[in-house]
Amino acid sequence: MGPVETPPRRAEELAVIGKRLPKVDAWGKVIGETKYADDLILPRMAHARLLRARHPHARIKAIDTSRARALPGVLAVITGADFPPVKFGILPVSQDEEALSTEKVRYVGDAVAAVAAVDEETAERATELIEVEYEPLPPIMSIEEALAEGTVRIQEYGDGPNIHKLVSLEFGDVEEGFREADLIREDLFYFEGSNHLPMEQHAAVARWDPDGKLTLWSSTQTPHYVHRTLAKVLELPMSHVRVIATPVGGGFGGKSDPFSHELVVARLAQLTGRPVKCTLTREEVFYAHRGRHPVLMWVKTGVTRDGTIQAMHFRSILDGGAYGSYGVASTFYTGALQTVTYKVPRYKFEGCRVFTNKPPCGPKRGHGTPQPRYAIEVHLDKIAEALGLDPAEMRRRQVVEPFSKTANHLTITTCGLEECIDRVVEASGWREKHRRLPPGRGVGFAASSYITGAGLAIYWNEMPHTGVIVKIDRGGGVAAFCGSIDIGQGSDSVLASVVAEVLGILPEDIRVVTADTDLTPVDLGSYSSRVTLMMGNAAKEAAEKLRGLLLDAAAKKLEVSPAGLVARGRRVYLRDDPERGMSFAEAAQLAEAAYGTLAAAGSYRPPRRGGKFKGAGVGPTPAYSYTACVAEVAVDPETGEVRPLEIWIAHDGGRALNPLLVEGQVEGSVYMGLGEALMEEQIFRKGLHKIPSMLEYKSPTTLETPEIRTILVETNDPEGPFGAKEAGQVPLLPLIPAIANAVYDAVGVRVDEIPITPEKVLKGLDQKGKGQEPRVGPERFPRVSFPEPIRVESAFGQPADLSLKRE
Amino acid sequence: MRELLTPRVNGDDVQVLAPVHKTLLEVLREELGLTGTKHGCELGECGTCTVLLDGEPVLSCLLLPVECQGREILTVEGMAQAGRLHPLQQSFAELGAAQCGYCTPGILLAAKALLEHNPRPSREAIRVALAGNLCRCTGYTKILDAVELAAARQGR
Repeated sequence: MGPVETPPRRAEELAVIGKRLPKVDAWGKVIGETKYADDLILPRMAHARLLRARHPHARIKAIDTSRARALPGVLAVITGADFPPVKFGILPVSQDEEALSTEKVRYVGDAVAAVAAVDEETAERATELIEVEYEPLPPIMSIEEALAEGTVRIQEYGDGPNIHKLVSLEFGDVEEGFREADLIREDLFYFEGSNHLPMEQHAAVARWDPDGKLTLWSSTQTPHYVHRTLAKVLELPMSHVRVIATPVGGGFGGKSDPFSHELVVARLAQLTGRPVKCTLTREEVFYAHRGRHPVLMWVKTGVTRDGTIQAMHFRSILDGGAYGSYGVASTFYTGALQTVTYKVPRYKFEGCRVFTNKPPCGPKRGHGTPQPRYAIEVHLDKIAEALGLDPAEMRRRQVVEPFSKTANHLTITTCGLEECIDRVVEASGWREKHRRLPPGRGVGFAASSYITGAGLAIYWNEMPHTGVIVKIDRGGGVAAFCGSIDIGQGSDSVLASVVAEVLGILPEDIRVVTADTDLTPVDLGSYSSRVTLMMGNAAKEAAEKLRGLLLDAAAKKLEVSPAGLVARGRRVYLRDDPERGMSFAEAAQLAEAAYGTLAAAGSYRPPRRGGKFKGAGVGPTPAYSYTACVAEVAVDPETGEVRPLEIWIAHDGGRALNPLLVEGQVEGSVYMGLGEALMEEQIFRKGLHKIPSMLEYKSPTTLETPEIRTILVETNDPEGPFGAKEAGQVPLLPLIPAIANAVYDAVGVRVDEIPITPEKVLKGLDQKGKGQEPRVGPERFPRVSFPEPIRVESAFGQPADLSLKRE
Repeated sequence: MRELLTPRVNGDDVQVLAPVHKTLLEVLREELGLTGTKHGCELGECGTCTVLLDGEPVLSCLLLPVECQGREILTVEGMAQAGRLHPLQQSFAELGAAQCGYCTPGILLAAKALLEHNPRPSREAIRVALAGNLCRCTGYTKILDAVELAAARQGR
């Protein structure tokens, strides 16, 4: 079965979709007019600073704020006692955070008090006058320590003293699969954590009005969840809280949690009667974190001689940091998507997330999947070598079947991965280069898949995941309202383009109003690559309702059937006689006269297609996106430096609604993957971040970023608006293992640990020179008491059931 | 201690009384309301706060306004002339070179300085000129493309 052709209209009929158009918000950005959260300056605005813990783990014995209060210019000083004793957290199962810590601090950077003052300097000085008496507790700083420690606990909940979550699932009998294998290979990998490093530091501004209503402006990817959290923690009705997400200056997952400073400015605004702003410093951004989990991984795969996978067993241990954050979901994600790229008929996954006294980890671009993708793609590279097979060809033969189910009951719709592989192999000259380049030069291959929006909301409910309202005024002006927030990915442009396409106007004719909980219908947020598909479907539904009214009204006037009319080019006219028709504005006036004020809503809830077992909630999505990548590198044997020379990347994101924006997502993902592959790491010494500044935390500049050759492979997915799928995350995943495999091709050293630093390459070369195994990476996987797996029959190879479309 | 500062900002003679220890970045954003200039690292590392001082790119987070007395400062707000976008602003918008847009003002100004010295730069020369400006969204590809497009248009 190949991709089905079910476009709403034929491609050649589309006027906006598929065109390389500028982003609707680009103009404000290039003239410096776009107002990010820290650009907001309100009359009488006060400034807040947080006092953060200097101990990684300590009990708070006393806090004395009297000296801070006495400092001239200080307006208010608060501690955890100034909040109701209500904990919060992004996931309902991990409500473990406080606005300001009351009993304990769990990492260096945990907020314990806050000051509002007339200016930032005074607020900062006042925080230094707050005296906190701590009783230090033994810090737990690594996976090994967390697993070994039985008495000292960081959190009082979880699946073990310092184990947040244990997961064990088996789909089909993996032992049977291993018995049928000709080759069984086991490997260990480690992936260091990294920060999102958005260019914009988080900021929030709060204002209380005299009628008791709170407004919060914040650089957040999830205004809806911030809205819920403010109401919960401040014990306010949600109807009295308004959250406006300001344009986000880079998120990548790092602004997806509700944060301490957002709650603090709200409380301080209430106490001072002034608007209050708090902008984090770059150092605080490193400590606020929620970035990539460090993950230790073990994988065992059994294959037949031709490389066909018979069974896979995968284990992960995530170093979660001090709080839950998205961690339960992250844990499942390290295991859930292994089956979505290649055919894996039997699959077992055991996952474990531990608490440590470090900043909490959370979702970063790819959320929980870049680490296992790296492990598996390097593991398969080793298997291909052992079998004497071309690693790209071995994978190509095992690409999942479109419109089928995986072992763990995930439903695949379209899959363009085969073509992606062919295209990068061709474009890069893979066959001529692999194992054929001179010493020090190499190419590596890898592929990946990712979700287009999580199938389930973070908190379970029957309501839509997103809603769009479209309104048309008498002059033909169109406004589209949605709770979605543009974080640079172009969601405002997608909203305008979809509505414009349906109504037959242009994106610049549309005013988008987004991310304001008072004005816009709920959208769950810019995470899990959900916005284009979900918001796009809702926008399409709303706009189609209005188009129906416009065509009906125009048809009456023209005395024709509405079925014979089209809306296009800012006109409504007869398909067979384009001269007969009227302007879009005239059709709007006729429709308003006939039907009243023109507004319509659309909403979207993803299909419920997951399995019926516990843990089936993570992994399902309306559609999976696919990417294949070839990286070419040069490795300097003297310094160990790895220089990426060129990247070829082919991406199946369904139909590209705007190829310019899709390419931008692919190129940005490649860039971020390069940083993780080669240099970025969030590392600690004695509880302190070793490099919490942009001076020391290295990320690629123009000079380290090679030319990126992007190829868009378009499928036409029945689930997406106009056939669109995901673009913002999947292209990051294959980049990292492609680099690792290229390093091996170049110098014969396996670096089974990310990042691939010069030191590790040199160590591997040194071992190679001494005749030892040229491998650098983890040596052992600690003992974890995983529970007996939940055993579920493998659904591998079953046909997709698309009738379960929308319940 | 405050001092009367008299730089020319975006072509206007400006007078502002500001604390002497405030950086040019802070004075632009907080005293003059020119929030188009951004901050990213507080250390002169990320390039986000780049402005032009007498036509040369400088990091406004490392500069004191007293060093700018009587000198010409250009921020992103001053790039468009009489409502006409600078060719770089036009090409950045057209080619999707601004994603989140936060690094964009600094990169536009660094690129403007480059094109004034070198109207037809090679891709490598653009890379070198922008090496001090981090962008976390684009992978730089569309930014390099946009500078090339603006250069080609200016050269016509």
